[in-house]
Amino acid sequence: MSIMDRQNWMGLLARARPADLAALLPDLPQSQWLRPPEVGAVMVQGRTGGSGAPFHLGEITVTRCSLQLTCGTVGHAHVQGRDRDHAHRAALVDALMQTGAAADLQARILAPLARIETDARAARAGRAQATKVDFFTLVRGEDA
Amino acid sequence: MYVAVKGGERAIDNAHAWLAEDRRGDTTVAELSVPQIREQLALAVNRVMAEGSLYDPDLAALAIKQARGDLIEAVFLIRAYRTTLPRFGTSIPVDTARMRVDRRISATFKDLPGGQILGPTFDYTHRLLDFKLAAEGAPLAPTPQAAPDMAPVPHVTALLDRDELIEATPDTGEAPPDLTRQPLELPANRALRLQALARADEGFILSLAYSTQRGYGRTHAFVGELRIGAVAVELEIPELGFAITIGEMTLTECETVNQFKGSRTEPPQFTRGYGLVLGQCERKSIAMSLVDRALRWKELGEDFTGAPAQDEEFVLSHADNVQATGFLEHIKLPHYVDFQAELELVRRLRAEALAQTQPSPRAAAE
Amino acid sequence: MTAPQDASVLSGGFVEPAVQSAHAFRALLAAMARPGTMQTVTGAQPPAPLSVAAGVALLTLADPTVPVHLAGAADTEAVRAWIAFHCGAPLVAAESAAIALGTWDALQPVSRFSMGLPDYPDRSATLIVELPALTASGAHLRGPGIRDRAELSLPETAAFIANRARFPLGFDCLFTSGSTLAALPRSTIVENA
Repeated sequence: MSIMDRQNWMGLLARARPADLAALLPDLPQSQWLRPPEVGAVMVQGRTGGSGAPFHLGEITVTRCSLQLTCGTVGHAHVQGRDRDHAHRAALVDALMQTGAAADLQARILAPLARIETDARAARAGRAQATKVDFFTLVRGEDA
Repeated sequence: MYVAVKGGERAIDNAHAWLAEDRRGDTTVAELSVPQIREQLALAVNRVMAEGSLYDPDLAALAIKQARGDLIEAVFLIRAYRTTLPRFGTSIPVDTARMRVDRRISATFKDLPGGQILGPTFDYTHRLLDFKLAAEGAPLAPTPQAAPDMAPVPHVTALLDRDELIEATPDTGEAPPDLTRQPLELPANRALRLQALARADEGFILSLAYSTQRGYGRTHAFVGELRIGAVAVELEIPELGFAITIGEMTLTECETVNQFKGSRTEPPQFTRGYGLVLGQCERKSIAMSLVDRALRWKELGEDFTGAPAQDEEFVLSHADNVQATGFLEHIKLPHYVDFQAELELVRRLRAEALAQTQPSPRAAAE
Repeated sequence: MTAPQDASVLSGGFVEPAVQSAHAFRALLAAMARPGTMQTVTGAQPPAPLSVAAGVALLTLADPTVPVHLAGAADTEAVRAWIAFHCGAPLVAAESAAIALGTWDALQPVSRFSMGLPDYPDRSATLIVELPALTASGAHLRGPGIRDRAELSLPETAAFIANRARFPLGFDCLFTSGSTLAALPRSTIVENA
């Protein structure tokens, strides 16, 4: 498996359930805060008619933090929700993925997280497909 | 006349203590946990998120517990909480065409690409009370699963759009106003109206939408498409210089297709109403798209018939239930000041009126 | 990736944002409420040429909804990156700024900054003016928040007299030097010493 790009791993870490990430990364390596975990909100925009001009839909809670490993590498996290440990772990993995540990982390943490996500999505999509309607037309209004 | 009063502190403390006890209810019954509310009263949670205008299922569940199930009180708690949060930024507009749909139906197109997906709906239940639910711990039958189809489902209106049968909704590139930062100013553009409607009271929007169906600002609406599912929320991170996904949220989107004979300014074509709501809020999103369409009479060159749903000042000023309940409920709070003055005034007016119409008993005796 | 990954611009923010920004906000409030009084602030280590006080003011007042204009020498790559990380504030032209930062000379002409609207006088700019020195001596100040008369080492008086004449419209000023700041709201009457 090739190494993910940063945009993808940051998204995967943000979408992961905090408990799943904590189970895969129980011990936290040493780091120094550049910005300690902080809970805030992001205004989410929609588009008129799904594709037109943007409008403000409502906010979502987000926790962010930035840290620096002892080797100097910087990691950032912006994750949905108010779980500071989730943001902390996401920033640690973001930093470590920029070091020599990337291949190991990809195998130990990112690949299992991606699998959990894919399985959960497939299970949901499978339930949705089972509720798909097969129509057969009995009679059209104008023929009656 | 000003009547300064102090006191009531002990009464208030005791009232709060009793409230806490009543909230807990009969202690021989197990206490509700916040995760139980989040998981098992999910539609109440969704409503509180939508009207509280903050997507956080755990917080909404906590608010419902604290408010003893009074959803408007819970919305109030969420609105109060959100004002304490620093705003980190504004997302890239969510792409609902890439929604992973749990439900996707169209009332106008039977055989649409991607199909009609019912999802977990109440629609075809018989609305008979299910007494089996009263017995706890009943085993669940496994939910049937089919082969998953992960391909994005196209918007129905995009199909009509291809033939130019429906009005286009171009992105004008105009920065949308934000109701949470700037006070409401009228006339409002469509972006501001949609923001106000997305956080509006479901009951108010439902009644307004119903009024348009009954003829008060009729818009001949059909549900072109209703979809519920998860979308990615993406945020541009200044220190990174690129956008990342920060999470996912469930949204409900409704697009109505409205018959339109054309007007002084627009050719005959289908027109659109749009509803987009945080969480799974189907009734609200349909109602929102009807009201959105009714409010668009001016830009489409239609007549103003005096219908409430066409009157943006009326709709936008009264749609917010936190504003409404704040103003409504404050009149039960002490108004001794005003009332003393009113009392004096009424007494004086009565005395004057009586003096004019009735001769005093002494005068009659003379 | 073009974004700066230099950790130096990522440091120098508040270590305890909630507590420190509350203290800083209190100091800014006191400065605005009592024009001419000196406030000492700490907690920010912005890149040169910004003063500690200007950094504290930015950390406290600027966020993604507050457009900032950097004038003259204050507009460096490091300052831009520092503001992007710690405040998230968009950097804009002078005309659309809610906060403008620079030396008094760099901020000229000040007439280009937003003065607010008659309905919303609050939609106006706050100027953070970096001064080589800041002392309670010089131009005479009178008005709201001043018992009799205060003094402040303003860079000039004509611009502030003109600004007061537009009241309730006008800009507000924070003067910063090292870790000291003082304020001159638009309501203050400025007279030559």
